[in-house]
Amino acid sequence: MYRYDDFDRRVVRERIAQFASQIERRLSGALTEDEFKPLRLKNGLYLQLHAYMLRVAIPYGALNARQVRQLAHIADTYDRGYGHFTTRQNLQFNWPKLKDVPAILSLLADVDMHCIQTSGNCIRNVTADHFAGVAHDELEDPRPVAELLRQWSTLHPEFDWLGRKFKIAVSGAAQDRAVLKSHDVGVRVVRDPATQQIGYQILAGGGLGRTPMIGQVVRDFLPREKLLKYLEAVLRVFNLEGRRDNKFKARIKILVHELGLDAFRARVEEEYAAIDATSADLDPREYARIAGHFAPPAYETLPAVSRRLEEAQARDEHLARFVEHNLTRHKQRGYAALTISLKPIGLPPGDASSRQLRVIADLAEKYSFDEARVAHTQNIILPHVRLEDVPDIFAILRAEGLGEANAGLITDIVSCPGLDYCALATARSIPVAQALAQRFADPKKQKEIGELSIKISGCINACGHHHVGNIGILGLEKKEAESYQITIGGDPGDAYALGELLGPGLPAEHVPDAVERLVAVYLAQREPGETFIETTRRLGLAPFKAAFKEIADVVA
Amino acid sequence: MAAAKRPTLPAILIANDLLEGEVVFAAAQGWTRDPRQALVANDEATAQSLEKFGATEFLHARIVDPYLVAVEVNAQGVPQPRHYREALRALGPSVRPDLGKQADFQI
Repeated sequence: MYRYDDFDRRVVRERIAQFASQIERRLSGALTEDEFKPLRLKNGLYLQLHAYMLRVAIPYGALNARQVRQLAHIADTYDRGYGHFTTRQNLQFNWPKLKDVPAILSLLADVDMHCIQTSGNCIRNVTADHFAGVAHDELEDPRPVAELLRQWSTLHPEFDWLGRKFKIAVSGAAQDRAVLKSHDVGVRVVRDPATQQIGYQILAGGGLGRTPMIGQVVRDFLPREKLLKYLEAVLRVFNLEGRRDNKFKARIKILVHELGLDAFRARVEEEYAAIDATSADLDPREYARIAGHFAPPAYETLPAVSRRLEEAQARDEHLARFVEHNLTRHKQRGYAALTISLKPIGLPPGDASSRQLRVIADLAEKYSFDEARVAHTQNIILPHVRLEDVPDIFAILRAEGLGEANAGLITDIVSCPGLDYCALATARSIPVAQALAQRFADPKKQKEIGELSIKISGCINACGHHHVGNIGILGLEKKEAESYQITIGGDPGDAYALGELLGPGLPAEHVPDAVERLVAVYLAQREPGETFIETTRRLGLAPFKAAFKEIADVVA
Repeated sequence: MAAAKRPTLPAILIANDLLEGEVVFAAAQGWTRDPRQALVANDEATAQSLEKFGATEFLHARIVDPYLVAVEVNAQGVPQPRHYREALRALGPSVRPDLGKQADFQI
């Protein structure tokens, strides 16, 4: 894992002092709310429905045990004993007081963490594949470049006040697990077929929200040493030419769309040529320095199969199910990446209590080389556990309410906080997720259904990524009541697709029935081995629309 | 954000405490955290007086985002926001009944 150097620490401490002074000036009345709001947002502090909310940056989702314990300590000391992991691999505290924020930031700085640029019109926290460095299908670990981008984008003098927020994701694997095409910029590690050199493919103009658009390839191949120059060109074109007259049209996706991909690319290339001619490439020693922080841990030489685990599975059906669904193949023999589901049936997706955080910290320290990861699916990954240790880890998780064997299944529901917490939301999300999880709680049923993602957003801003859920649910207000639109066919991965609307919005209590009907269509019409999304692609919308209509007609 | 439409009466004035962030309601004297103690404006003059109070308190950096919320007054004389958003705001997260005003005041 990357460790801060003195420069990183100084940047964070100076920023805390600066923000503490801004808070003092706000409380004294020297700063108005209009002046203060953009400053607090730049430091990750929102004012939500019930209280302030502080969003902690977790760069590319990477945490060590000390950091997780500190999050638990902050939750207990300054919040209400829990935190919420988000779809951008961050953590949110829902109840901090403004007066305590400098103390919280200081505790975060003690463990090399901060809240800088987790909100506001700037480059946000860089996200990455949560299996980075361990995935068997990886061309190159994307974390060094994610860390390079974190350093480059932190307090960048030119890009600190953009027309709108800007989100970057990085992936180094064959399979896109970082939702690259939903991002303002996606960076994908690729190999140049001509030279076999490792470099990057650059996508731009993706985004969800009220105008979902699919990120498009702007550059097929960029040598490593040119990456920052090229991104500087992309950001500069966006900063200078992106719209500022309308907040809803200010993201780069609108610029790419309005200019057209070819014209956008031409402008970026022109800017890039000018930058490239007058500034130095990335020093390979600097990349190597950063990459050194991500050297593989000291793995043991282990057999590919653990007899201990196999025997334990034979005795314990719960463990067997957990192994089937929550372990992911690791590039190192005898190891696995283990998903701790933060989707216990009936509880808010992505929430973890301080006690659970401490358990996660202990497990990371003891069994996973002091590493844990936050996934954009709102789960926690222990990236390198010995297969041999899985029975022990599972026993501890299960005792702490963290043993749900549902990773990637229908109850592994992604949900934004919705109107239970969020001031922007138009409807609640979490109760819908809870009702759906309870409806499909039966493990046998879940296994029969197989891989299926449900994603729920409580407003059009789409923090719950509903557009790319196999089944997407969007909560809106209709005639002064909560109403839920359902889409089908969304896919966040390589076969990236935006879901299509099935019909009119439904009241919350009818959503589980509607989803059950959609699943029934799949189960009745799937071909052997076909997943839900594959069946929807083959059948098209019609049979699902017909099934949905039966419910919608009852409601209407 | 566009200016909120003036709600129908009766109404109460809601805001966030600047220092704490917590939702507060204008009461007969100052602010209260308890929605049951909110002062109900049944007429235009009281509504205007509440708005003026909110604006002054905002200027003095004690609260932020003050606005009137339409309520119904129940049989016990307790004001309850008509809109589901404001009803949630007055109680706390529906998914965590152990938190927020619903827990603090056993509502």
